Amino acid sequence: MSDYNFAYLDEQTKRMIRRAILKGLAIPGYQVPFASREMPMPYGWGTGGVQVTAACLTPDDTLKVIDQGADDTTNAVSIRRFFEKTAAVGVTQATTQASVIQTRHRIPEEPLNEDQILVYQVPIPEPLRFLEPRETETRKMHALEEYGLIHVKLFEDISQHGQIATAYAYPVKVEGRYVMDPSPIPRFDNPKMEMAAIQLFGAGREQRIYAIPPYTQVVSLDFDDYPFEASKAEGACALCAADHTYLDEVIVDDDGGRMFVCSDTDYCESRRQAGHVGAQGTPMGKDAA
Amino acid sequence: MTPLLDVQNLSKYYGQRIGCKDVSFDLYPGEVMGIVGESGSGKSTLLNCLAGHLEPDSGAVLFDTKTDGLKDTVTMSEPERRMLGRTDWAFVHQHARDGLRMGVSAGGNVGERLMAVGARHYGDIRAQAADWLGRVEIRADRIDDRPTAFSGGMQQRLQIARNLVTGPRLVFMDEPTGGLDVSVQARLLDMIRELVRDLGLSAIIVTHDLAVVRLLADRLIVMKDGHVVETGLTDQVLDDPQHSYSQLLVSSVLQV
Repeated sequence: MSDYNFAYLDEQTKRMIRRAILKGLAIPGYQVPFASREMPMPYGWGTGGVQVTAACLTPDDTLKVIDQGADDTTNAVSIRRFFEKTAAVGVTQATTQASVIQTRHRIPEEPLNEDQILVYQVPIPEPLRFLEPRETETRKMHALEEYGLIHVKLFEDISQHGQIATAYAYPVKVEGRYVMDPSPIPRFDNPKMEMAAIQLFGAGREQRIYAIPPYTQVVSLDFDDYPFEASKAEGACALCAADHTYLDEVIVDDDGGRMFVCSDTDYCESRRQAGHVGAQGTPMGKDAA
Repeated sequence: MTPLLDVQNLSKYYGQRIGCKDVSFDLYPGEVMGIVGESGSGKSTLLNCLAGHLEPDSGAVLFDTKTDGLKDTVTMSEPERRMLGRTDWAFVHQHARDGLRMGVSAGGNVGERLMAVGARHYGDIRAQAADWLGRVEIRADRIDDRPTAFSGGMQQRLQIARNLVTGPRLVFMDEPTGGLDVSVQARLLDMIRELVRDLGLSAIIVTHDLAVVRLLADRLIVMKDGHVVETGLTDQVLDDPQHSYSQLLVSSVLQV
């Protein structure tokens, strides 16, 4: 047993965060202020997500942490170890086996179910921030449902690029009321936000928590003549041949060589185990690694 | 005929000091009202109270709304007042920077009010923005440029286009020609006069420049130390001022 209280935070803090989460769930998309604590990691590394996860975890939970879709990058590994150490919960890389999933910048490809919680790390929770710098004003705009400004950003995109060029953190309207920043997930993931699992968003530095309850309507904003499109890189995964997943571009040498692979490593792995082989992949089992 | 705007005993204090006190007037559709006075006379305070930017301490500002007729904008709910601010009202700031989004292209600036009232068709919004840029004499190829790339006069014209695009009935202008050189000023005044006539707008223009009100305003309010000292038809007040302060004001104008 470690010397930490279960899941690092003290019980009163967790209680405070749970109250914020419940309020967030009651008002989908509304940014609930909360007294964010100092965490043993820098701002921008997921302090908000970690606090939300800590408040949700029970000893029986199984935790999965993703960073840009991958389970094995620094951020994911260190947060997973953090909770192994402070909460002694089980951890997994398999999306289907996890009960709590903390994520940075992706939604898993595997559809989530009603017994799961997806926790997002959010850098800037305010979708109107770069259009209207005053917090007092943006709060009023949310309160009065004055969302014309958010379309100005999309308008600028089209006039400059001929199409809506916002590719991540694509603004959505939740249950016909609040406009929300879905955290910097690719817009490919936006349609997945109408899901069975609970989605919680934690912004540590900005001290905001918001949430989307299961089966809540989430609409990506667009224009009548420029409808929303869930875009991804063309082609299929070089390892597992999936053509329906979000792909990462990987530079493989200095001569412009590159390959596209699934950003969701767990999903790619399970497909390869099921026998799918991509253009540059080797069948599972014969892999030297 | 119901007035478009009926101001009754409007007062605003900054602590002990008077911002403006007991101001009453009415404004009829298609009429342009000028408010003149020296710096610190309460002109801008009065304008901001009328436009809902400041909350007056007492008095009423009745506006002839499209749905409910005359309604006190001071006591109406904030969403309603802000809705008026986006639709029936327009506010032209002295400094174009205060009224524009400097990080957004000219087209986006003009389109913002349209999108704020629910326009969601890019092609339509852009066409209307282009149309309005044309009306304020900004070339169509500047539509994607940011206001930072515009001259002071162009910024001011852009601000006017941005405000008029939703077809307001009442325009508040705070020193619209301040800080512009005389030739640009003359063209801007010409343009404002044309727009006001063409669209049948009512306007309240705050300025310290008597030439501006001579050109634009039908009626005049002269303010001093927060009080209204004289009102009347523009020509009447300027050619035959009755109050000693108005006389001073008119005689202070430099002749070229």
